[in-house]
Parts: sequence; structure tokens; C-alpha cells
Amino acid sequence: MLTRSKRQFTENITGKTVAMVCAGLLVIVVLSITYFIASKGLSTFFVNGVSISEFLTQLKWDPEGEPARYGVFPFILGSFLVTALAALIAAPLGIGAAIFMTEIFPGFGKKVLKPVIELLVGIPSVVYGYVGLTLLVPFIREQFDVLGFSLLAGGLVLALMILPTITSVATDAIEAVPQDLRNASLALGATRWQTIWNVVLHSSLPGCLTAVVLGMARAFGEALAVQMVIGNTTKLPGSLLDPISTLTSGITLNMGNTIQGTPYNNALWSMALLLLVMSFVFIMILRLLGRKRVVK
Amino acid sequence: MKKLSKMFMALTFVGALLAGCGSNSAAPAPAGQSTEQPSTPAPDANQNNSGSTQTNSGEPVTAVGSTALQPLVEQTAKDFMAKNQGVQIQVQGGGSGTGLSQVASGAATIGNSDIFAEEKQGIPAGELVDHKVAVVGMAAAVSPKVKVDNLTKQQLIDIFTGKITNWKEVGGDDMKITLVNRPKSSGTRATFHKFALDGKEEAEGITEDSSGTVRKIISETPGAIGYLALSYFNDSVKALKLDGVEATPENIATNKYPVWAYEHMYTKGEATGNAKAFLEFILSDEVQKKTVTELGFLPITDMKVERDAEGKVTQK
Repeated sequence: MLTRSKRQFTENITGKTVAMVCAGLLVIVVLSITYFIASKGLSTFFVNGVSISEFLTQLKWDPEGEPARYGVFPFILGSFLVTALAALIAAPLGIGAAIFMTEIFPGFGKKVLKPVIELLVGIPSVVYGYVGLTLLVPFIREQFDVLGFSLLAGGLVLALMILPTITSVATDAIEAVPQDLRNASLALGATRWQTIWNVVLHSSLPGCLTAVVLGMARAFGEALAVQMVIGNTTKLPGSLLDPISTLTSGITLNMGNTIQGTPYNNALWSMALLLLVMSFVFIMILRLLGRKRVVK
Repeated sequence: MKKLSKMFMALTFVGALLAGCGSNSAAPAPAGQSTEQPSTPAPDANQNNSGSTQTNSGEPVTAVGSTALQPLVEQTAKDFMAKNQGVQIQVQGGGSGTGLSQVASGAATIGNSDIFAEEKQGIPAGELVDHKVAVVGMAAAVSPKVKVDNLTKQQLIDIFTGKITNWKEVGGDDMKITLVNRPKSSGTRATFHKFALDGKEEAEGITEDSSGTVRKIISETPGAIGYLALSYFNDSVKALKLDGVEATPENIATNKYPVWAYEHMYTKGEATGNAKAFLEFILSDEVQKKTVTELGFLPITDMKVERDAEGKVTQK
């Protein structure tokens, strides 16, 4: 008896220590990354003397020019536009697919569609980008007689990329709606569509929104796939068919050729900081949505 | 309270661990110290006959930077290692800026760059020793569908600054001109900007980070124009003459065609040991006459003129 409890005691202690070390490590990594990016990114403003409002609102990006200009607004706008476009396309499709899989054709959905969609989640983003570059860009070029590299191409590639994420998270949310609610609705004489629309979708709304926000967070931070199809022009787009830049593509295009510690390099860090802040915002929205999620 | 203090203990523990790792890995042995590392085969024992200088196989050499120069350095490194067994030369890309900053900080033995160290902000150019190993010409590239073969410098400037937007204005078909740029920080763009566009600011066009992508876009997009190093030209794109002068090796050697750049391999201080032997090998006739030309570069030995960091040209 005594030895056994002793063993249990030591096991407990080791388990606890291991878990705590892991948690501690995570906290330290997150804090140090945030600190590092913030210190690099903020030096644009405090060391190089660029004003924050110029950085955020000016249209001209020429860090090596005379005088150097650090307006990243075209990048910011580009990031938001592709993300919004992707969400606009992928959200209805993803949630629609989720309804199909859970409400309309659950057998086929669970056995075939769900695994297929989970496979899609695992496709590397560079593959999406390459497919976009090879198929989508020439297609848009021929259809509309334009360059092809465009906001539209970026939005479509991203939509395809986040569609599986949205679908699988929305599926889980819809599945979590208690069967009693559906039964009650049907018993009251509602049709299947009325039930889906008024009861199922309504009560799983926070979950579906979570799915969309998760997808948007992924789209906002995506670099490679987008960079390959949007053309990377630091100019405000006039239409869906114009090329644009995003924060991520601005960073990846320039990081190899700038020198650590120069204002140009620091400006790229500031863009990275902006991306980090945005991802914090997305996570905050997710937490807020999560609070409402409980179905009553 | 108890839990909290335990938490802190765990944190400090992990912190100490990390700090330990940090101080160990923070000093990746630069060239000078690497003699301490165990060298695989014995030095001296593998001196090959063919023209290689005194090498000691203990020091691995890393050459980092310019992607334009990378194919040449890779090929030469392969040949060099075949001749001098046991010598390790690692070649990496990353861009000219990366090359310059890595060699300046001592993290790489050799920094490959398309531009002079003096031209890049934030590089202690005085500490670096320049080894010009080749010359590369650059030309405006268009798709073969564009019926224009020659542009005057003024026309080229007007096209790239956005004043001319249709090929018919310079004698071609009625076709919209699409600009394809490299990023502002790219070495190819810097060279083209300085010597082909006389420093005039380019209009916004689409921007791609590799010469390969630029070539693909130009070949697929009707009316597109960009610029490429001569080593990147193939049948899918056409090089334009500038003021009637073709970008041939002869015209570049005499500066008759002015859009060209040196390929630099910088070392921090004078090169020593394997790095020195490797640089001498690249500058040897064997490499200059064969590998350099085969890969689309010009031998540095063929140049009849010299150009300094400010762009001043003098006859050799």
C-alpha cells in the first residue's frame, strides 16, 4: 500500500512538472516572439522617426527613395480586401456544405464528404498558389482581357483555401445543435427548410461565425499562395481585376534584400507587427464568439 | 498561492534552460574559429595535382546571397570540391542583402551580391573585401509577340515611368504595355534603374520576386515588358536592343551596352584558407573561360572597362 501510493505520488509530481514546463515554455515563446516583433517593428517609429499616421495612411511606399516614404496603406487595404472577398465567397459555400452534410444527406456527408474536406485542409498553401498561377490567372486574363494577376484571383485562391476550414468547423457547430430542438420545430409543423433556417442555423450562428472568422484569420496571414497570383502592385486597386499587394506579400518580396537594422528592414518588421496585432484581434473576436456559443 | 509559486519556479527553470541554449548557439563558429571543429579527412593528404593552391580541408566555407549568382557559385563549388576532397563549400541563396549582412556579421564566409556593398545602406563596406568574379548583362525583355526590337533610352524610360502605355507609340502593334518589376530592394532592379532608366522612378507595375516568375509572366502576357539578366533569357522571351545596341558580350565588355553589373563575392577582411583558394579557383582561366560563359555570365577577365561603386567608367 505504502509503496504504491509513494509511486503514485512521484508519478504525480513528474507529470505535473512536465506539463508545467511545457506550459511555461509556450508562455515564454509567445511572450518573446511578441516582444521581439514589437521591439523591431516599433523602432520604425521611435528610432527612424517615421510617424505612425504616415505609416498607416499614406499611399506611397518607397523606403529607399529620396526622401524615403513609408506609406503602407495600399498593403493594408490589399490584405483586408482579399480577406473580405475570400470570406464573402467561402462563407456561404462552406456553411451550405456543412448544412448539406449534417441535415440533408448525413450518411453520405459523414462517410464521404467529411474525410474529403479534411484532406483539403491539409493541402499546402503553395500548392493552391501554384494552381492559381497556372489555371486561374490565365483564365481571368482570357475572360476579361486583363492582366490576370488581380484581387479577384487572390480572393478566389484564398476562398478555396479557407473553404475546408469553414466547412469543417461549421459542421461541428451544426452537429452540436441538440436533436430535441429539431424535433420540437418539426412537431410544431415547421417544414424541414424552416427548421434548418430558423432553428438549426439560428442556434448554431456563433459557431458558424467562429468558422468564418477562423477562415479569415488564415486568409489574412497567408503569404505564398496570395503573392503568386495578386501581382504585388503597391497602388490602390480600381476594380476587382486590378493587381494589388498585401502585407504578407510586401514582407516576403523584400526581406531577402534588405539589411537588418536599416529603416527599410524595420518597416518590414512594422508590417509584421501589424499582422500580429490583426491576428490578436481575430483571436479576440473568436473568444467573444465562444462565450455566446452555448446553446440553451 | 502555492500553485502560483510553483508556476514561477517552472518559469524560471525554463528561462534558465533557454538562456543556456541561447548562449551556446549564439556564436555559430565563424570562419576563424572553425579550425576547432573536427575535420573529416586529414589535411594535406588529399592535395590534388590540378592547379589547386594550398588548401586545408578543415574549414567549411559558406557562400550566401544573390540568387542571380547562385548557379555559378554552385557549379564552381561542385567542381572545386571534386578537385579538393574533404573541402566543404556550402552555397545558399537568400538575396544580395542577406549575403552582405551575413558576411558583415561573420555568419557566412563569403557574401554574394549583385551590387556594391557601398550601395547598400547599413553595410560596413570598409570592412569587406570585394572580389568581382563575373559580369552579367541585363536587358529589357518582352514576349516574342511584341513586334518591336529596338527602343531608344528615352522610349524605355517613358515606358517604365508610365508615359508610354501602348506599343503602337513606339512602332509596334496596338497593344497595351504591362510593366513587370522586381521588388524595390532587388539587385537586378537597382542595376536596371541606374543604367537603363538613368535613375528615373518606375511606375507601379506588377512585382515578382524571382527572375524565373518574371520570365514566365512576360512570355505568357501579351504586351508585357520587364528586365532580366542575360543568363535568364531563352526562346520564350525576347531581349530588346537599347539605342540600336544589342546586349552582346562584346558590347558589354566595351561598355557600348551600358546595362550590366558586377557579380561580387565579398569576404570580411582578406580571404584566407579555403575561401581564398575557392575565390582563386573562380578567377582561374579554367572557370572563367568555361563555366562562367556557359551559365550566361561574362568572364571578368574579358572586360575592357572598369566601373566603380558610383558608376564611373574607366578604360582598363
